[in-house]
Amino acid sequence: MEWDFLLVQALSGLASASSLFVIASGLTIVFGVTRIVNFAHGSFYMLGAYIAVTIVPWLLEFDRSPWLFFVGVLASALAVGVLGVVMEVTLLRRIYRVPELFQLLATFGVVLIVQDLVLLVWGPVDITGPRAPGLRHGIFIFDQRFPAYELFLIFVGPAVLGLLWLLMHRTRFGVLIRAATQDREMVGALGVNQAMLFTGTLFLGAALAGLGGALQIPRVSANPQMDLSIIAEAFVVTVIGGMGSVPGAFLAALLIGQLQAFGVLVFPKITLVLVFLLMAVVLVIKPWGLLGKPEAAAGRAVLPEGIIDPRPLDRASQGLILVALAAVLALPLLDAYAVKVGTEVLILALAAFSLNFLVGNGGIVSFGHAAYFGLGAYGAGLLVTKAGLPMEPALLAAPLVAAAFAALFGFFVVRLSGIYLAMLTLAFAQIAYAVVFQWVEVTGGDNGLVGVWPSRWAASRETYHYLVAACCVLAIVALRRVVHAPFGATLRAARDSVQRADAIGVDVRTHRWLGFTLAGGAAGLAGGLYAFSKGSIDPTLLGIPMSVDFLSMLLLGGIQSVLGPIAGAAVFHAVKDFFMPLTDHWRLFLGLSIIGMVLVFPRGLAGAWAGLRRRPA
Amino acid sequence: MMARFTLSRRALGAAALATMARPAFAQGAGGTIRIGELNSYSRMAAFAVPYRNAMQQAQDAVNAAGGVMGGRRIEFVFRDDGATPGDAVRVAEELLTRENVTFLAGTFLSNVGLAVADFANQRRRLFLATEPLTDALTMAQGNRYTWRLRPSTYMQTRMLVEAIRGRNVRRWAIVAPNYEYGQSAAANFKRLLPQAIPGAEIVAEQFPALGRVDAGATVGALGQARPDGIFNVLFGADLTAFVREGNTRGLFERRTVVSLLTGEPEYLIPLGEETPEGWIVTGYPWDQVTGMPTHQAFVDAYRGRFNDTPRKGSLLGYVTVQVIASLLNKANSLDNERLIDALADLRSDTVVGPVVMRGLDHQGTMGTWVGETTLRGRQGTMRNSRYADGADYMFPEEEVRAARRSA
Repeated sequence: MEWDFLLVQALSGLASASSLFVIASGLTIVFGVTRIVNFAHGSFYMLGAYIAVTIVPWLLEFDRSPWLFFVGVLASALAVGVLGVVMEVTLLRRIYRVPELFQLLATFGVVLIVQDLVLLVWGPVDITGPRAPGLRHGIFIFDQRFPAYELFLIFVGPAVLGLLWLLMHRTRFGVLIRAATQDREMVGALGVNQAMLFTGTLFLGAALAGLGGALQIPRVSANPQMDLSIIAEAFVVTVIGGMGSVPGAFLAALLIGQLQAFGVLVFPKITLVLVFLLMAVVLVIKPWGLLGKPEAAAGRAVLPEGIIDPRPLDRASQGLILVALAAVLALPLLDAYAVKVGTEVLILALAAFSLNFLVGNGGIVSFGHAAYFGLGAYGAGLLVTKAGLPMEPALLAAPLVAAAFAALFGFFVVRLSGIYLAMLTLAFAQIAYAVVFQWVEVTGGDNGLVGVWPSRWAASRETYHYLVAACCVLAIVALRRVVHAPFGATLRAARDSVQRADAIGVDVRTHRWLGFTLAGGAAGLAGGLYAFSKGSIDPTLLGIPMSVDFLSMLLLGGIQSVLGPIAGAAVFHAVKDFFMPLTDHWRLFLGLSIIGMVLVFPRGLAGAWAGLRRRPA
Repeated sequence: MMARFTLSRRALGAAALATMARPAFAQGAGGTIRIGELNSYSRMAAFAVPYRNAMQQAQDAVNAAGGVMGGRRIEFVFRDDGATPGDAVRVAEELLTRENVTFLAGTFLSNVGLAVADFANQRRRLFLATEPLTDALTMAQGNRYTWRLRPSTYMQTRMLVEAIRGRNVRRWAIVAPNYEYGQSAAANFKRLLPQAIPGAEIVAEQFPALGRVDAGATVGALGQARPDGIFNVLFGADLTAFVREGNTRGLFERRTVVSLLTGEPEYLIPLGEETPEGWIVTGYPWDQVTGMPTHQAFVDAYRGRFNDTPRKGSLLGYVTVQVIASLLNKANSLDNERLIDALADLRSDTVVGPVVMRGLDHQGTMGTWVGETTLRGRQGTMRNSRYADGADYMFPEEEVRAARRSA
């Protein structure tokens, strides 16, 4: 290959890296200060692009000058920054005192709402923005042509890095951001107005995302899918760089940009998974990312988030469970569709319960739990469609397959902690997703496989419903036993303080590894049951949206409670099922319902129930 | 919490039963025929909303003209399929059990279409797939209950390959989104190309992730292979980014570009001023159907009613309803087995001319337009376009028999 081509390819990589950095820097700053995993960051990016394609053409009507173009881009960024402030003041500020994970759910609600609002305001047709005046042409680099605008973009990244450095080191606001990133509690104890600091940080983060989106309009059209297409990549950049580290994000963006630019030459099909492979490798070698540091507060005793004291059930709760069980059994008395929905709720309840076994009980926050759900479904589905086995052995195999993969991935996962652990689970889930997606001969690729139907005796909706009910209730009861057993208590000890658990002789890593494997197996059983209820399997079962759904169910139900996630699964699925037939804009209503529940029940439904019980009648 | 959930379900169920009692009774007495239509109205709104508009337009036209089966009205029940197979199968179940629809139609994504097809097979109900393009739907994974109207990936690729037959363009590069549609279009192209241009070779292939094309790197890699021709399967936002980057870097200069679906208004409108000149594409030039009076009437009525220009989805929705109406008239029964039998080789007169649902592979002969892209003012359009009748581009019969042996 010629040198001039390699040079131009490297420049393309630099231009992508620069754009990626602008977006990721905002995400990493917001995370550093507020500890919020802000799913809505991609939405801000999308809003930046949409606002820019609206106001930039309007500005260019006055005068087609490059200056007005950049005025429009900056104005869009500032407008998005204001939207970030709106989100902080109206939503996040109300829930800083609840478990950190809960804020993730709120930002996920914002994602859903913004998706539909964008459709309502700008319509479904992609909007192509104007090119930048004066930068429309290509520049010859030897005999290769390279877009002038991308040459310009290459300099934007370092410029933003430099400005952020000045902000961080030369202003009081920046010093406070750095301080809060290092030790938030200490900053609070020193009397800094945290509300102002957080509002300012959200403004900065959202504005950077908006700037990233607005700068893209000469390259890509503003479209309603761009939020989700960027958010995973932005997370990867921040994690590889080290959460909270702006120079780290810059380094990681450079790495990913070049990897993409040259990766497509060698493996044209690998783009789906390349960045996640890189993240997995980096996290296994450097558990805090390239330039990240272990949290200062990591060794400090903090009030744990999750199940603290799994007491035996009181009378009222027992009654509630009996009613729920009776309802499950009586569902076939209603119409056939209610049975179908009930079956799905049971399956999702098992999946959410197994996730809470990790999150609530073990402190192992998994962002990739759908991988085990999906792998269980594939394990069962492949045995039926390829090996010709009947349903029964396939259902037995589902949890085994999922547990085997959970053991494999878990071996690396449990070495990490906190957000890095969560991101490594996400990386493994995406790798599994990519393999299932690409291995067309075996898995059927993204079309999936069909013909995964139950055996004849269980073919009717009602019989299958009772089969699912039996499997799920038994599995949930068994997992609940484990939570109450010494093994569950050991996991809680390891969650609350690794050092102390270690000191009393607990092999923390092995226990967490076994817990991860067990939860994966339970999710796999749920996945197997799901496959037979649908008749088909496809990669969406392993996808990020599925993992996020599980997390939402769990958080809605409440991570402090053992049985709460079951209620969360029921409510989440029922709300979705209620709004989907009513309107095209069901995501808006689902998002509003989630945010409403976050605000009304800040400790989840189970927390609300417990509060109700404690209050004297 | 389960209790609360079932309570609301029960209330809903009761309400649904109350409202359903009437039509269910009326249906037996020769009343309205309900058809379930599920599609990605939320996720794929740019396609699906014009599609639904035209279906409503056609439904009203059919009912105004006296309905079907000697005076019965038809009514479509529209539902969002959530754009995932899991949601779609649940929605299909709801349509069948709660809405009492006679059969199912619709879906957009191929994986959703395949899942619903298998569900329909299991429940022994007719499923008339409209938008999914995957060849598997009517070939390897075809079944008795699943039929498709619009031309498949194979048919559209073949139309384009025929359009370049005999040209002296030997070195080809392929760029396609990395999922089933892109991969199978690329595979079809590789298979058909040597028959049309002897000695042609593929010198580069790029498969960027769907919705996440790194346009600069992809354009660079394609240009480096120095192809004479490019076969493009990208669409939507990926296409816009690719075209812009390619225009600036001169990738398309002095090269033959062949591109699937790019001439459809859904994808041409966002391209706007960037529309490349002279790409050979499949598409829908709705402003150039003057030779087809019924088609022109459809276009005029659509524009009058919705104050918007029709899309490819609109045409598909309209033809779908026309085929369904002629199916119901021929079968004169709502029994699904009789409907399937009536569909085999059913010939319908539609706004695009006659459409036959070939009984061999359950594929409709609805065609599409092949032409070249061009810029008119600040909008892209097609020139030198002609309607390619799908009947001329179907899978060869022996291939169908081999593929559908298991079906």
